[in-house]
Order: sequence, then structure tokens, then C-alpha cells
Amino acid sequence: MIAFAVDPEALKNTIAAALGGKARRVDVKLGEVTVEVAAADYLAAAQILHDEQGCRFEQLIDLCGVDYSTHGDGRWEGARFCVVSHLLSVSLNQRVRLKVFASDDDLPVVTSVTGVWASANWYEREAFDLFGIVFEGHNDLRRILTDYGFIGHPFRKDFPLSGHVEMRYDAEQQRVIYQPVTIEPREITPRIIREDNYGGLH
Amino acid sequence: MAEIKNYTINLGPQHPAAHGVMRLVLELDGEVVQRADPHIGLLHRATEKLAESKTYIQSLPYMDRLDYVSMMCNEHAYCLAVEKLLGIEVPVRAQYIRVMFAEITRLLNHLFWVGAHGNDCGSSTILLYTMREREDLFDMYEAVSGARMHAAYFRPGGVYRDLPDSMPQYQVNKIRNARAIKELNSSRQGSLLDFIDDFTQRFPTLLSEYHTLLTDNRIWKQRTVGIGVVTAERALNLGMTGPLLRGCGVAWDLRKKQPYDVYDRMDFDIPVGKTGDCYDRYLVRMEELKQSNRIVKQCVDWLRSNPGPVITDNHKVAPPAREGMKSNMEELIHHFKIFTEGFHVPEGEAYAAVEHPKGEFGIYFVSDGANKPYRMKIRAPGFAHLSTMNELARGHMLADAVAIIGTLDIVFGEIDR
Repeated sequence: MIAFAVDPEALKNTIAAALGGKARRVDVKLGEVTVEVAAADYLAAAQILHDEQGCRFEQLIDLCGVDYSTHGDGRWEGARFCVVSHLLSVSLNQRVRLKVFASDDDLPVVTSVTGVWASANWYEREAFDLFGIVFEGHNDLRRILTDYGFIGHPFRKDFPLSGHVEMRYDAEQQRVIYQPVTIEPREITPRIIREDNYGGLH
Repeated sequence: MAEIKNYTINLGPQHPAAHGVMRLVLELDGEVVQRADPHIGLLHRATEKLAESKTYIQSLPYMDRLDYVSMMCNEHAYCLAVEKLLGIEVPVRAQYIRVMFAEITRLLNHLFWVGAHGNDCGSSTILLYTMREREDLFDMYEAVSGARMHAAYFRPGGVYRDLPDSMPQYQVNKIRNARAIKELNSSRQGSLLDFIDDFTQRFPTLLSEYHTLLTDNRIWKQRTVGIGVVTAERALNLGMTGPLLRGCGVAWDLRKKQPYDVYDRMDFDIPVGKTGDCYDRYLVRMEELKQSNRIVKQCVDWLRSNPGPVITDNHKVAPPAREGMKSNMEELIHHFKIFTEGFHVPEGEAYAAVEHPKGEFGIYFVSDGANKPYRMKIRAPGFAHLSTMNELARGHMLADAVAIIGTLDIVFGEIDR
């Protein structure tokens, strides 16, 4: 297990005190502190985590989207899209995970934190590209990983693994064309969730 | 006098200085860069989406194909994340083997970096020197895993197999005669550990050759000193990690600060720079080569005298030994289940990071209790580093943009994922 300079339980209390009513949930699991905030408090909470003594998270290490729609084979209740950030404090040697759920499933909107951490820029572009999460206040929200002119958000759970279009060279037209995919996703190993204590492993 | 307008040029997607498939749109005022807009994603293979439809073991080899210059370090983060979710212990010998190969990988990465960066800045000689050493390191990979690059050697719970007792030998061929082959094989007479030990003794001399070629070289300094300067505070805000952050004088290294496996038992130093320019980052990486070599040596000494298991005996996670599988019904069932259904990971989420040669490489898993991850996110250091390109290159000459791409140490396998 990875050792930290600051005890996760102590960090949990510090963060809970710093955020006060802004934190919906603060917990420690597997030695990692997770904070969940409401979409309305997201930017303010990020600023507090960045500035407050005892927090001082100078670095946004990672930011990504998660689509919870099929989590636990449909047992998920709650908002569909979540933005998860991993923060690191170099001065205090501690980490925290910051989660925020977008309130609207059809048009997920979350405030941008590029003003707090410049590194959020590309990460938010990526989450927009792959999940269609809109970051309000981001000044350059373009697609980043997918092709020019790509349609859809490929990491959403309702987007097929094989995609919708494929590219090939057409000898007649003498150019590269797009056409509907000719392959089908082939899943050899089914996805299974076992009941609790199956096999006595956990 | 003619009116001078800003000029937009397109660098790539195929360009030797772009280190892969990157399209860089540069806005120039004369020869001075005003804005650099990297277009990435040309190598995007949706590794994270693919992992959602594969079991935990099936997606491990994808890790090698992320940063294809430091393969085993990617696997390391993946295994640590899975182990964290499963809550399993890894045998000490396996931890030492992992640390040793993580450092061999760091040597591989930094050697390639110094060669390629030197080549970008006009010194092709260094590239040939570093490729020579990489050959020996690839032989170590091959001896232990059978593959020279995409090893798939680290597994959740340990490593795939123990270190071999003999090294493969070169055969006489059309290109090399018997005497040359004998010389090549001279360091390969003993076990893999003997070969690695021999390398660690040769390497400091080789490293001093690189220093002779570059460190005090006037042209090299003209190309790198004062280029791409970034302050420590800004580097943190931009998400820089690894040698880029240390080049600015921040002594931050996960191997020391948040040690994983047996790094806390290793004796090594963290080099830091002062000014945060390309030259400092070069010096930091060169010193890291020396320190990695020290760690490898310590691992070799420990591994020689401490035999033991190299993978967990929890057969729900790691396959049983071949012999047991052939003679024991229960082991056979374990073997069958692990290679058909895979293992189930408890519901939860975990993030595990390693000090990858390029910076902090992390894997974030969201599991819902299935045999496949619900969501996997790869935190690639190169992604954050390339996003700083605009800020680093602004105000520099076009030729310096190439030096800055070089110093960021980018590999598109991990940036585009």
C-alpha cells in the first residue's frame, strides 16, 4: 500500500472542515480520500482546495469523465455523467479525488476549472470530446482526440465499441471515403458481476 | 517597406522532429513563434474504451503499447491499481524484480530520449551511441519475457515468471564472424543477473562518453540553455511532473515521496535543476540515468541471495503452476476460470501512480464488481506536458520549438491512448 505523509483520516477531516457545507460527501476508501460536491459549488470547492492551508492542492494531476449509466448492470441511480479530478499537493504530499455529477443527463454542464489549474485545459477538452460534457467558462472547448468532423461522443456507454463509420480508399473515386462499419463487435468473454463473497476472495 | 504579416505553418503530421504523429500549427511572426497549437489524436486507439470490454488480464498488454519507450513502467501502474482494488500482497522478490525492471525501463527511456533529443538538435552521433546500449537492455527484456519491447511481464500479483538462469547466445552469421560473436557472447555466459550486473559495471563509463559528447558542447548549450524556461510555480499549475518539474528545482519524486513496491529500501538521490530550461532538464535526466543504474545494481545484489516466489499464491488472481494444474483438479478449475472469465474485482475506485520516466503515470479504475473494469482512465504524463507547448514555445524561434518538443519527451502512444 502506498504510504502518504499525511494520514488519510486526518486529511479527510481537514478537507471536510475546509469545505464545510460545500462537500456532499467526504470518505476514505483504500487509503484514498474522495470528495463529492454539487455542480453549483464545484468551482468554489476547487478554489478552496487549491488555496486553503492544510489542503494546498497545487496540481490537478488528472481530470476525466465517467458515464455511470450502466454501472452495476443498470442498478445505478443518480446522475449519469461525473467529472472526476485527481489533485496532488506537492508541498504537503497528499492526494484527493474530487467528484462532481452533472445535474442534467441530456446536456451535462460543469463549470470549468481552467482558471484554478491551467492543466485542466486539455483534460476538459478530452472529457468534452469523449463524453460530451460541456465545461462552462472554458475558452477553447474543441475536440481533441477524435477525428476532424467526428460525430458523437465515443466513450459514452451507448456508443458501440466498433463505432459507426469506417474509412477506406475508394479506387473509383480515387479518394478516401467514409462508410458505415462492416464489422460487428465480438465479445468473447461476457461481462459478469458475481454475488458477494463469491469464491471467498472478498 | 513591405508589410509583414503573421505567418501560419503546419508542422507534421509526419515530421521527424514531431516524435510521432503530431500536427503542430504554428503562428509565426517572422521566425518567432506567436502561438503553437498541437493537434493530437492521430494515434488514438481508444485503449480505455477497449479495456471496458476486456478482462483485467486481457488489457494488460495494451499498457505496453501506450508509452512504447517505457513499456514495463506502464504495466507497473496498471498492476498496482488492480492490486490496490483487490487488496492482495505481492511477494518481496517480485517487488524487487519489478523495481529492477522499472529502472531498466527508465534507462531505456532516457537513453532513447537523449539520443533523439540530440538528433533533433543537430548531434546525430549520440543517437548511435545510445542505441548501442539499448540493445543490451532489450536483451534483458527478451530474456525475461520473450519479447524485446511489448513484454507483458508484470502481472497483477507479481511478475509472470522468475529470472532465467541462462542468457540466449548470438550465433555465427553472414554479418559477423566467429571472433566477433565470441566477443558479443562473452558477457552472456552466466545468468540474466550476471548479464545485468556486467551492464551496471560498464554503464558509468558509457554515460561519461555521452557527457563528453554533449554536456560541455558549445552547440548543444546554444541550443538548450535558456530555452523553454518555466518557473516552479507555473510548472505545478501546468501539471508538469517528473524530470520537467525537477528541472525547475522541485524535489518531487514519487519513488521517494510516495514509495511503492520496495523503492523505500533503495538508496538513490533525486537530481534537481535550477533554471528550468532545456539544459537543466537534460542534466536532470542524465543524472537519473546514473541513479537508475545504482538502483539496478542494488536489486541485482538482493535478488542473487534471496530466492522465493515471484507471484502471489492466490490462484483467484494469478494462474497456478503448470505442474499443479496438470495434477490437481482444483488448480485446473482455477486455471480454466482465470483464462476464460478472468478474476472479479470488488466494487470501488482506485488510483495508482508510479514515477514513470516521463513523469507521473497513473491508472484510475472504476469497478462495479465485474470481471472487467467499468471505466479505466490512463493519466499519461505526456498529455499534460504537450498541453504546455503553447506556453513554452511562445516568443522562441522556430528552431527552438523543435528543442522544446524534444525536451518534453513526448511519445504519442500515451498521449493519444
